Amino acid sequence: MDGARHQAGIAAGRISAEEAAQNFADLHPPLDGHEAAVAADRCYFCHDAPCVAACPTGIDIPLFIRQIATGQPRAAAQTIFESNILGGMCARVCPTETLCEEACVRMTAEEKPVEIGRLQRYATDAQMATGRHPFTRAAQTGKRVAVVGAGPAGLACAHRLAMHGHDVVVMDARPKGGGLNEYGIAAYKTTGGFAQAELDWLLQIGGIELRTGTALGREVTLDALEADHDAVFLGIGLGAVNALACEGGDLPGVEDAVDFIARLRQAEDLPTLPVGRRVVVIGGGMTAVDAAVQSRLLGAEEVTIVYRRAKAAMSASLYEQDLAAARGVGLRYNARPVRVIGTGRAEAVEFEYTVDGPDGLTGTGETFRLAADQVLRAIGQALETGPLAGLELDGRKIAVDAEGRTSRAGVWAGGDCTAGGDDLTVTAVAQGRDAAESIHRALMEG
Amino acid sequence: MADIRGNFVGIKSPNPFWLASAPPTDKEYNVRRAFEAGWGGVVWKTLGAEGPPIVNVNGPRYGVVYGADRRVLGLNNIELITDRPLEVNLREIKAVKRDYPDRALVVSLMVPCEEQAWKDILARVEETGADGVELNFGCPHGMSERGMGSAVGQVPDYIEMVTRWCKANSRMPVIVKLTPNITDIRYPARAAAKGGADAVSLINTVSSITSVDLDNFSPEPTIDGKGSHGGYCGPAVKPIALNMVAEIARDPETAGLPISGIGGITTWRDAAEFMALGCGNVQVCTAAMTYGFKVVQEMISGLKLWMDDKGHPDLGAFRGRAVPNVTDWQYLNLNYVTKARIDPGKCIECGRCFAACEDTSHQAIAMRVEAGQRRFEVIDEECVACNLCVDVCPVEGCITMERLSAGSIDPRTGQVVSDDHADWTTHPNNPGRVAAE
Repeated sequence: MDGARHQAGIAAGRISAEEAAQNFADLHPPLDGHEAAVAADRCYFCHDAPCVAACPTGIDIPLFIRQIATGQPRAAAQTIFESNILGGMCARVCPTETLCEEACVRMTAEEKPVEIGRLQRYATDAQMATGRHPFTRAAQTGKRVAVVGAGPAGLACAHRLAMHGHDVVVMDARPKGGGLNEYGIAAYKTTGGFAQAELDWLLQIGGIELRTGTALGREVTLDALEADHDAVFLGIGLGAVNALACEGGDLPGVEDAVDFIARLRQAEDLPTLPVGRRVVVIGGGMTAVDAAVQSRLLGAEEVTIVYRRAKAAMSASLYEQDLAAARGVGLRYNARPVRVIGTGRAEAVEFEYTVDGPDGLTGTGETFRLAADQVLRAIGQALETGPLAGLELDGRKIAVDAEGRTSRAGVWAGGDCTAGGDDLTVTAVAQGRDAAESIHRALMEG
Repeated sequence: MADIRGNFVGIKSPNPFWLASAPPTDKEYNVRRAFEAGWGGVVWKTLGAEGPPIVNVNGPRYGVVYGADRRVLGLNNIELITDRPLEVNLREIKAVKRDYPDRALVVSLMVPCEEQAWKDILARVEETGADGVELNFGCPHGMSERGMGSAVGQVPDYIEMVTRWCKANSRMPVIVKLTPNITDIRYPARAAAKGGADAVSLINTVSSITSVDLDNFSPEPTIDGKGSHGGYCGPAVKPIALNMVAEIARDPETAGLPISGIGGITTWRDAAEFMALGCGNVQVCTAAMTYGFKVVQEMISGLKLWMDDKGHPDLGAFRGRAVPNVTDWQYLNLNYVTKARIDPGKCIECGRCFAACEDTSHQAIAMRVEAGQRRFEVIDEECVACNLCVDVCPVEGCITMERLSAGSIDPRTGQVVSDDHADWTTHPNNPGRVAAE
């Protein structure tokens, strides 16, 4: 094993099984009962609490924390799931430092918020450990709804529709449901096969049929779905990846960070997963951080994130940037890729320094090179518009109104594929849920 | 540095902090540790009459009420008086007093209501060289079922009788420990004074059930599925104790009677408050049982520093200073008009003041959002100065009560604020008012 540790190029076996277990352990280990009691105790039970306003799904946070404090974590879980059926995943992956915990009044008081995310996990874990689903379906309505995409938006929508008594078919192009919960997101944020466990638990509501390996524009069309169902919800995410438009961008060794992450999430045995000795990640979002940190954890010797704008403009939170730095990832700002250099495969990337001026981002002409045998593109994903002919777009995403209605009657959309969101799991859940309520109202009016 | 030496009914101690008669003072081992830690005195755990030792339960003896962060706010016990042989206790008391002559060592006593029983035990205690005795007329559990403890303390005639016996049969100072499980503390205190008591100490524990086990439906602490009321103590009882101390201190019939303050004293500040209400010294138990004997070090240093800061050279300089300010409601100044003021610089925007005022009080706080920040402001037209917002605010000093100056108009009543004193006794709405002079 040790021989591979410093091997040049992209190679497997840079870490031992023990190191893999340690490196990819839970980033935020669950609170035990005592820790939860102490953490819950700090909540002031604010009036019209700022944390609730900061939560895209509007979970009644003071109430659920008080329920934990009074020894009823399953009652707390009920409060959470009523607003957010994927509260378990959100407890793990939400950037709470820019949402509820940033708004916590104890940030103002002591710069130390109540640990809302971990408390939410404590509560949702307690309910899910019972194996029981906390909701029952209303009487069947006989209405059928097609949900395309089994990611956070689609699942939240499907669950709420099923709860209202509608029959739902959820389709997903991938072999497993869960969307980015299953194929994206760093492994250390959602350990132990949680995404599939949560999916199974969610489906216990009944009335939801999951069809994997079914893609829009491949196995099904929007027209056909509309014809066969009373309503259609699109939660298809962003299937395409922005291209790296520079010389050498297609050399072997260059790939999309989302593919690298998906491969890692599906790997049975992490040490066998090949990773570069020197990795360069291009981009400034959560995907860039997840890819860079996990490269390091797989044993890459040098990992650098290069972002074209300034630190403050990076969409990965300060917490995520600090996490990357703490894991030994170098962060370079204000530099854009000029070309990937290599003979037959990537060997280095040349960058040009940039300045953000009144005319937008401009290059300074000064360049530098970073050695790289693996280059991960994390410069954003894009909507695959092909199968959506006829749907109005807002910029490069599907245009929707406040309830998630698209330009086409009978078709709703939510999550990353729609305009106006912030590409967060929790936002997708809120949009899926709200679209379900809108669909429900529309179906029951008729 | 302030002098905190105590002299309570002639019993001297290096500081006014004594350990109350309780489990911490049941044995030589504990008491020596207490003295090494710096306690000024102890009241040895209550001795009973000669004979077969007392029997305690073998299940839990304590129940608890927690505050935030599992802090002990209240402790309840069903332990009886000492369950060790009388001779052993007397021998140990003698040895400890011999080795710590500068510390106060008072012995708590509880024997049947017969003069001979008291006479016998007083003689034995005197032989130990102890500084005084404290008559336990307070324990609300167990012993009271046998006609002792609070069963005596609840009948003023018995208090007077037993106190008189003790004074007649001993040269030692006699402190009478009072039970709070009565309707008016002044009656037992007056009885003690009539019987010739040198001092009273209070409060003993409050009859209580701390909680109910919802699995087996029994009170806590639970002994084989059953529970019995126990004696409640700790920070939770301090307000009850302060009031009872003040009632005795300002009662003309007992004014000047030395008081040893007991009840939830946890910090130097608690002790100073009891002394300001007239106590010559204080006794502590729950704080020691919760944190260990070392807490006395904080009490000593804190009290000294506060006295230095305030210019009180010794305990007598501030003892009883708050007593004249304890009055009846009817004498409170109705012309003292205040309004709550919220400091936006200190506000953390939790909104608890708003919820409390809007839901449960006078709708006197306005909430608005300004530049993304929540702002809370008092509506003077509605504010009755109840103080609830101050009480529920988690930030110290964020909300304060400010007095309206004389000559200004109270927007709530439309009345001009006067700095003359005016109370209920002269108020026009009072049918029994006295004519203003």
